[in-house]
Amino acid sequence: MVSIVEFANPKRFLDVSGAVLPWLAGVTIALLAVGLFLGFAAPPDYQQGDTVKIMFIHVPAAWTAMMAYGLLALASIFALVSRHPLADVAARTAAPLGALFTALALITGSLWGRPMWGTYWVWDARLTSFLILLFLYLGYIALRNAIEDEARSARAGAILALVGVVNLPIIEFSVEWWPTLHQGESIIRAGGPLIAGVFLWPLGLMGLGYTLLFFTLWMVRMRTEILERRARTLMMQGAP
Amino acid sequence: MTALLLRDIRLATRAGGSAVLALAFFAMVATLVPFGVGPDLKLLAQIAGGMLWVAAILAALISLDRLFQADFEDGSLDVIALSPLSLEATAAAKIAAHWLTTGLPLTILSPLLALLYDMPERAYPALVISLLIGTPAVSAIGAIGAALTLAVRRGGLILPLIVLPLLVPVVIFGAGAVLAALNGLSNGALWFLAAFSIAAVLLSPFAAAAAVRLNLAG
Repeated sequence: MVSIVEFANPKRFLDVSGAVLPWLAGVTIALLAVGLFLGFAAPPDYQQGDTVKIMFIHVPAAWTAMMAYGLLALASIFALVSRHPLADVAARTAAPLGALFTALALITGSLWGRPMWGTYWVWDARLTSFLILLFLYLGYIALRNAIEDEARSARAGAILALVGVVNLPIIEFSVEWWPTLHQGESIIRAGGPLIAGVFLWPLGLMGLGYTLLFFTLWMVRMRTEILERRARTLMMQGAP
Repeated sequence: MTALLLRDIRLATRAGGSAVLALAFFAMVATLVPFGVGPDLKLLAQIAGGMLWVAAILAALISLDRLFQADFEDGSLDVIALSPLSLEATAAAKIAAHWLTTGLPLTILSPLLALLYDMPERAYPALVISLLIGTPAVSAIGAIGAALTLAVRRGGLILPLIVLPLLVPVVIFGAGAVLAALNGLSNGALWFLAAFSIAAVLLSPFAAAAAVRLNLAG
């Protein structure tokens, strides 16, 4: 039976997040709106032309995707050590969002790469490590969904997330090291001008907006997950 | 621990065991590649190291999902868990047994397959040494995945998805060492591979044991 104590904190979380959510969502929308407007109002770059504007939706997605894995690992530590259900709810719901932002970064990146590099994909260190990050997220989600028992699923997921976070710097390092082997294939990254103020402002606002967007969606997903679990428990209790 | 190791090795090498199947799979994948990319020996020689590494990892993977599962299903894992042997030592023994029955035979078979790819002689030492020191990491990291998917009915399908991304460094350094030897370059690939392998073999038993424990509890 699920004890009241276990649900005490999720209850408080529901109350607090319910009060905070509208404000958070409002600020997110405002930031994204201003960021997008400034981004589109920014003059075309002298090298990249109008494609530079993809950066405003691409770079923050990449930041958020990496932040999400950090948060997933952090929540996993709490879930493993304190076995608190809320920590597991946080970890479980962070993964699909992280995967989403990773996919967004990859898609917008290749859309930018097509006109700039002449190809949708190059096996560049940064692109490759993001592809692997996407697979890490997908593996985590698949494992979580495959294990029906909630407590087991939580602990298995936490172990996998921690193994992943230990491995991530090594993967990162090996992928950075790898293209140097194939000589001549230097990373096709136009040096470009140092970022000017007109680009920096929208980028900063969009970065903040994406981060808050992640937290807003995360909060919504966590609330749904808690309610889902509660509904499932009630159904189990009601079953003969 | 030795008894467990010997038992697992016996199970893997007896008729219908996984050791021979993994070897056959390895040879089969290596045979399919030329059909895919064409019989140009120059091209094959260039990609031999990378292809054999990928084939070796896939071959090691197919026998991984039964690493703990068979013992879990027939209850021997419960008996092992109740014995004075710690689960960490159990995991280490199983990793060692898996490597001795797949990684090591694959390494021994690899020069023969490299011959079919017409790989230049100077790359042979790098191929064999990289497989020798790299495959233990495959067994070790694979054991974590095997332990995590222990109770999942179709665990064999999820296992590659969670293990393969973690094995990226092994492929990069392993195949990189062969390629460097091929091009007459020297790079630190073998040292990186050795470092990664040592770390994986030392740390994995703990993660695998934790994963086994959560599946046995309750």
